Amino acid sequence: MPKRLMFEKPLGMRDTLPFFYNQKKQARDQMTQVIKSYGYAFMDTPLLEYHETVGKASATLEQQLFKLLDQQGHTLVLRPDLTAPIARVAASQLKRAEHPVRLAYDGPVFRAQQQEGGKPAQFEQVGTELIGDHSSYGDAEVIALLISSLKEAGLEEFEITVGHVGYVQAFFTDLLGEQDELIETLMHYLYRKNYVGYREKVAALAVDDATKTALLELLQLRGNEEIFEQGRQLARNQACIQAVNELKQLQRLLKQYQVEEYVSFDLNLISHMNYYTGILFEGNAPNLGALLCNGGRYDKLLPSFQLNASATGFAVYLERLVEALDQPVQTEDRVCVLFDDEHFGKAVETAQALRQDGKSVVLQHIDQVADLDQYKQELTEIYDMTAAGGGSDV
Amino acid sequence: MSKPLTIAMPKGRIFEEAAVLMEKAGYDLTGGMDETRKLIIHFPDQNLNIMMAKPMDVVTYVEYGAADIGIAGKDVLLEQDRDVHEVLDLKISPCYISVAGLPDQPLSRIAPKIATKYPNVASHYFREQGEQIEVIPLNGSIELAPLIGLADRIVDIVSTGRTLHENGLVEYEKITDVTSRLIVNPVSYRLKSKEIDIMVQNLGRIIEEEEVS
Repeated sequence: MPKRLMFEKPLGMRDTLPFFYNQKKQARDQMTQVIKSYGYAFMDTPLLEYHETVGKASATLEQQLFKLLDQQGHTLVLRPDLTAPIARVAASQLKRAEHPVRLAYDGPVFRAQQQEGGKPAQFEQVGTELIGDHSSYGDAEVIALLISSLKEAGLEEFEITVGHVGYVQAFFTDLLGEQDELIETLMHYLYRKNYVGYREKVAALAVDDATKTALLELLQLRGNEEIFEQGRQLARNQACIQAVNELKQLQRLLKQYQVEEYVSFDLNLISHMNYYTGILFEGNAPNLGALLCNGGRYDKLLPSFQLNASATGFAVYLERLVEALDQPVQTEDRVCVLFDDEHFGKAVETAQALRQDGKSVVLQHIDQVADLDQYKQELTEIYDMTAAGGGSDV
Repeated sequence: MSKPLTIAMPKGRIFEEAAVLMEKAGYDLTGGMDETRKLIIHFPDQNLNIMMAKPMDVVTYVEYGAADIGIAGKDVLLEQDRDVHEVLDLKISPCYISVAGLPDQPLSRIAPKIATKYPNVASHYFREQGEQIEVIPLNGSIELAPLIGLADRIVDIVSTGRTLHENGLVEYEKITDVTSRLIVNPVSYRLKSKEIDIMVQNLGRIIEEEEVS
């Protein structure tokens, strides 16, 4: 391995320079304000967790986990998301709460996914978890909250696509019976968004034409309310009808939140293998190459921490949100009080008074600045307290 | 009018076939294509931008969202495993990936060496056969490798088999069939679904017609 140069960072790690720090902070603050206004309590969890617990329970792929050993030789992971750690907390600390719990978070997560540019290994997520509410009202609240926090952050154009894993599973069971392996294969094609492979697999199946047609029509179930009826007709077993009813109910509730214009439906949406169990969603915005946010209902995570409860939540990729907002870089207004040895007392006084007024004030000895003209360009105002500047207020 | 769709097209042989298909589907890409050195060509009347890229790079442009849509060989998709929607088999430029080598030459029993442009496809295939191999990545003229003793086998694209034959090589196994696919960026798939669905339908209709005839 060649010797590292001084400026190099580990693969996938990025610095957050002041201007980007500010952009992120602004977006984060606006989102968290809305999330708080829905009664969610913010919390944080450690960056390191046991691989055996949080690492295994997380939806993140095994090969994407950063792993290390602690002094006792246990395998630790850098948290790949906050949903699993919060499930751990909810299971152990909030077990006795006999009512829904609303928690929120913002913080860095880590994924070893860096092979080339544009896929940082550390990034920030802002998200919520609504634990212990099994109702459609819970699903609707999470989606409405997601939409209103994105809007509050300044995002105008985006789309949330909603699906239902229960529908896809019941649909396949209805048409193909207990052929688990085949169903798994078809689900995997949908998950990988390989519709060519899906169609080829269906064409090669030894089933009647009606079944084939239905399997292919699943791919068309994208759009708005009209797909509910199509979805209901395509598969008539109880679980499918129930899933469609849940989506219809969700759509009704979202209308009452007045956010339905941001929502579309896709009955063959599969975001993760074996993680979400009910309604799930992902969000996209123009000029982003990748997903802005995702979420959904998960029933198996909390039981893996011995808490029998259902939960739903969302996570927004904060850096991508900032990218999608594409707001002009805001420079920080900073004023400078310049002094020399003789006028330090007066300079401190001036600086403190300005700070009292809420300004960001740099107190700077003039001898330390080599190029004053260049320095002045970074500042909005200069109070020259030196002898040359008159040694008094400007 | 909505923002134009950007399509990443592979330069060279596949482009010719793809352009014919596109034209039949109602997208006329002939105008402006004489200026072959240009890498981005605008078709404002059809609300399209065409980007000319190396076939191996089309998937990258689409994954990152630099292009909404792309036309890429299944070989590249298999090799690179990128996050794109594979929506349509265009059934053009058919060929297949094969394992080939000198006739009657068994695989070396210690660390068989495979020369290929497709390291991932090759290792995946041999792993499934229960064989651990060592890959020697090459960029072209793969057929050389067994001739000069660099590798026991090669994994490469075969269309007519003529190159293999002329170099005295034989095919051992076929790994998979390859055709060109229409791929879509995941975000564009959602946000530009209307235009993209129309294009997929138009192309799909033509492909079906061609198959019947």
